[in-house]
Amino acid sequence: MLKDQDRIFTNIYGWAEPGLKAAKARGDWDGTAKLLKLGHDEIVERIKTSGLRGRGGAGFPTGLKWSFMPKEVKGRPHYLVVNADESEPGTCKDRDIIRHEPHKLLEGCVVAGFAMRSHAAYIYIRGEFVNEARRLQTAIDEAYDAGLLGKNAAKSGWDFDVYLHRGAGAYICGEETALLESLEGKKGQPRLKPPFPAGVGLYGCPTTVNNVESIAVAPTILRRGASWFAGLGKENNTGTKLFCISGHVNKPCNVEEEMGIPLRELLEKHAGGVRGGWDNLLAVIPGGSSTPLMPIDVCADITMDFDALREVGTGLGTAGIIVMDKSTDIVKAIARLSYFYKHESCGQCTPCREGTGWMWRMMERLVQGEAESHEIDTLEQVTRQIEGHTICALGDAAAWPIQGLIKHFRPEIERRIAARHAINAVAAAE
Amino acid sequence: MPKLTVNDIEVDVEDGSTVLHACEAAGIEIPRFCYHDRLSIAGNCRMCLVDMERAPKPIASCAMPAGDGMVIRTDTDRVKKAREGVMEFLLINHPLDCPICDQGGECDLQDQAMGYGLDGSRFSENKRAVDNKHMGPLISTVMTRCIHCTRCVRFATEVAGVPELGAIGRGETMEITTYLEKTLTSELSANVIDLCPVGALTSRPYAFTARPWELNKTESIDVMDAVGSNIRVDARGAQVMRVLPRLNEDVNEEWISDKTRYAIDGLRRQRLDRPYARGRDGKLHSISWEEALKTVAGKLRKAKASRVAAIAGDQCDAESMFALKSLMARLGSPHLDCRQDGAKIGGARSGYLFNSTIAGIDDADALLIIGSNPRVEAAVLNARIRRNWLATQMPVAIIGDNVDLTYAAQWLGVEAALLDDVLSGNNKFAAKLKKAKRPMIIIGMGALTRRDGASVLGRARQIAEAYGVVTDKWNGFNILHNAAARVAGLDMGLVPGRDGMDVAGMAAAAKAGRLDVLWALGADEIDYSDFASSFVIYQGHHGDAGAHHADIVLPGAAYTEKDGIYLNTEGRVQYANRAAFPPGEAREDWAIIRAVSGAIGKSIGMDSLAEVRDALCEAVPHFAMPDQIDAVKWAKFGGRAKLSSKPVTSAIENFYMTCAISRASETMAECRRAQQADAKGAVAAE
Repeated sequence: MLKDQDRIFTNIYGWAEPGLKAAKARGDWDGTAKLLKLGHDEIVERIKTSGLRGRGGAGFPTGLKWSFMPKEVKGRPHYLVVNADESEPGTCKDRDIIRHEPHKLLEGCVVAGFAMRSHAAYIYIRGEFVNEARRLQTAIDEAYDAGLLGKNAAKSGWDFDVYLHRGAGAYICGEETALLESLEGKKGQPRLKPPFPAGVGLYGCPTTVNNVESIAVAPTILRRGASWFAGLGKENNTGTKLFCISGHVNKPCNVEEEMGIPLRELLEKHAGGVRGGWDNLLAVIPGGSSTPLMPIDVCADITMDFDALREVGTGLGTAGIIVMDKSTDIVKAIARLSYFYKHESCGQCTPCREGTGWMWRMMERLVQGEAESHEIDTLEQVTRQIEGHTICALGDAAAWPIQGLIKHFRPEIERRIAARHAINAVAAAE
Repeated sequence: MPKLTVNDIEVDVEDGSTVLHACEAAGIEIPRFCYHDRLSIAGNCRMCLVDMERAPKPIASCAMPAGDGMVIRTDTDRVKKAREGVMEFLLINHPLDCPICDQGGECDLQDQAMGYGLDGSRFSENKRAVDNKHMGPLISTVMTRCIHCTRCVRFATEVAGVPELGAIGRGETMEITTYLEKTLTSELSANVIDLCPVGALTSRPYAFTARPWELNKTESIDVMDAVGSNIRVDARGAQVMRVLPRLNEDVNEEWISDKTRYAIDGLRRQRLDRPYARGRDGKLHSISWEEALKTVAGKLRKAKASRVAAIAGDQCDAESMFALKSLMARLGSPHLDCRQDGAKIGGARSGYLFNSTIAGIDDADALLIIGSNPRVEAAVLNARIRRNWLATQMPVAIIGDNVDLTYAAQWLGVEAALLDDVLSGNNKFAAKLKKAKRPMIIIGMGALTRRDGASVLGRARQIAEAYGVVTDKWNGFNILHNAAARVAGLDMGLVPGRDGMDVAGMAAAAKAGRLDVLWALGADEIDYSDFASSFVIYQGHHGDAGAHHADIVLPGAAYTEKDGIYLNTEGRVQYANRAAFPPGEAREDWAIIRAVSGAIGKSIGMDSLAEVRDALCEAVPHFAMPDQIDAVKWAKFGGRAKLSSKPVTSAIENFYMTCAISRASETMAECRRAQQADAKGAVAAE
């Protein structure tokens, strides 16, 4: 279990003020100029050494991502874009960072922006986060007034501006290239890759898009040392992570924990355990709604990190843990997620546009058992037809929950079909 | 040059190519819907997925840049599955209404479903239905069939330059529509019909009239403007059903204007299908060919040669003009002209050609437009200017009407005197012209049909010489014609001979009672009231201005009804072919003139089209060299007189009605009405 002195987000619960003074007391903006003295490449190197992996869901090594930016600024400016379009169902960590630790994010912007030789960061915040956007803007204003942003930011000799941009409430705009399109004022639809944003990003300039949490932890990592961060967690899954625990637990919460903590320990120590006891657990979605669920037998000894979850066919994603006990209508729950993805598909590419609607309609029938059992295989095949064939990962995200359901709960679906057939047969006989 | 391996075949492709190009180079067909060579890459249909070595998932070949050493496979099980999957997705919400769909038989979705799809459907939910959208009188929409490839959106935005098409909604509720369901304001709008891979956008005037397999397809040349767009004329029996573009990279690429495509319904109306003579009652009465020839021969025999004149119209084929010229020569009259509009051009070829060639537009780096609106005068050519501008931000300036050309153009003003300013360097655009390495000038008929047209031409030549528009390697001095027949007429010398009168001279002579007979070959754009005292022989295919004032009407063939040679504004020789026969007793035009010459007893010889062509090519050798453009010698042409203060305007105001055929076309009339209604609506909205 993570010791209190190793916590990065010491005010994640908002017990103290979010303002600059309180943030400084917590250690934010402490020696920012000195951090920047390390130089662009040294910062990237240290983040690499720390083993930090992107906190937005894909888990791509952050330092490596930063190193993709051109080493020289030629003609086109570099940009840092912070993805605060947190919309993945089950995830609410960035929201609390912005609410209670906005200065961690802003300092992170300066550090990360400097590392990738950019003079500007755009924070793209989810449209529904109205109060959060206000609070973040307040923090930005405070930082400008204190000379921490703007010309000679934090007396580092590096000019750095931060702009806040509010989205309009589309899940797809959390996809990094759709986010860039939206930021440019266009319809939020993912771009084709290649070219990748590090080459051609915002306004055609080299750009790195990072999750709020990835950026917010960077200054602390540099201050306390890469080896400190690397010493936490497991190999290749280092450091601490904000877990968002929701659903059928006694005390749903956001909590910062070490990577690789056993799921059961995490739930019992921090969330008051599963409602009705561990044995009442049905399944857990470990990383936000797009990751396939795990039934109780997998949950028993799984550790919460990228690699372990991958091995059991799911993923850490955003670490939005959705706990479902035995009272859950699991088919209906997944059908609801299918509706979400159908609703949020941008419509640009064929498999996702057409497939998400098809999957949702089939799921709705499966909830009632109004189907033939071979249609379970059809549904499975449809998810495979979408997965990996789309422009962005939304297609995959729509397919995975259903794949998880069929993998682990096929008997339940078949039971419903059989039951419905029996009722229909009786009705027909009458 | 990257080298790739596609299904074990090694191919070299150009830099900047995609994997899809590489597969094509290896002779492997890649199915696709959204990808189009002339549009930006969207990569959204996902039909072109292929396997790439070391890639965890199949890649969209249309969007993936070809890289050296890539190993591509298109024959794996995974590729087959991916294609079947995408095909199934495309079809689940696509109505299976092929039997009542106009795209049937020439539908990409149909063809590719046969090639790459499965045989049955597993989709048992309700299908999506989408409201149809109003896109004007040319485009018929059945939006339920749309597969959201966005080709139409990209065409409108990129090529046509009217960002009025787009997608609203998202996911499966995404719909393609025009802005507020208004008519597209482009002269190229109907090209989206060809681009649409399914039956969502089909041709409204052609709707439900024919199936592609019933049509006789004839390769031909368009005469609605002087671009000489390459077209395919589809006819069923005697009727031309539709016109489609044909690929010619140097002329129209694969686009045609809406007029080229849709004026053809004018070919069915107002046709002259038998000879007519004006009776004592002042009305036209049909007569036999025998009578007609006798009457015409009688008039011509009786008239003194110096009191006989001939005018050739804007859509005449070279053969009939040559026959007319030969006849006038046999009669001994020097009074002939092919410039109905009185354009002050002729003489040295470099003074009346689009010297840079149309493809040369791609190389220009500055453009001055004088008295022309290329958007309506040559819509396809204008799209090429736009493409250059999009790629290079080439500076463009206009002297003439301040119009929206679909690209940014600096409007200098309407005064012809601005030419003097540009020449003396006393104009803001002069510096840009000076800086350019391959500057271009386009002079329209609006500038050359003025009284001082010759001086405008001369001034433009001086500018060209002063600003490096003409060098050893580059000739950017361009005349943009509007008449398809004009360059051929000028090349063969269908202009006043020694002491001959031009059109204005003929009109003056007629008014003074010194012109006995006027032969008007397809000439409908002159003021016939001037010729009230003359005996007017009108030879043509439509009951338009000429026939209304004629004393005798000889029914000829329209451009789809005869083999003919046309020279476009570049001087490119192109051969048009007959797609249908002329209606009724109408005959091919050269043959009518030949028959008259025989009836007079002054035969011009030339008993077959081949003989006409032989004689023509002997007289003007380059007519024998189709599709070939040789650089012409630069010469001193144009006048030096002071320019008048009359504003310079463009020659065409109404794009949809410029000739007898388009004036007779209901479709064109409807387009004009829609255009005016939208313009009115826009004013009301403001």
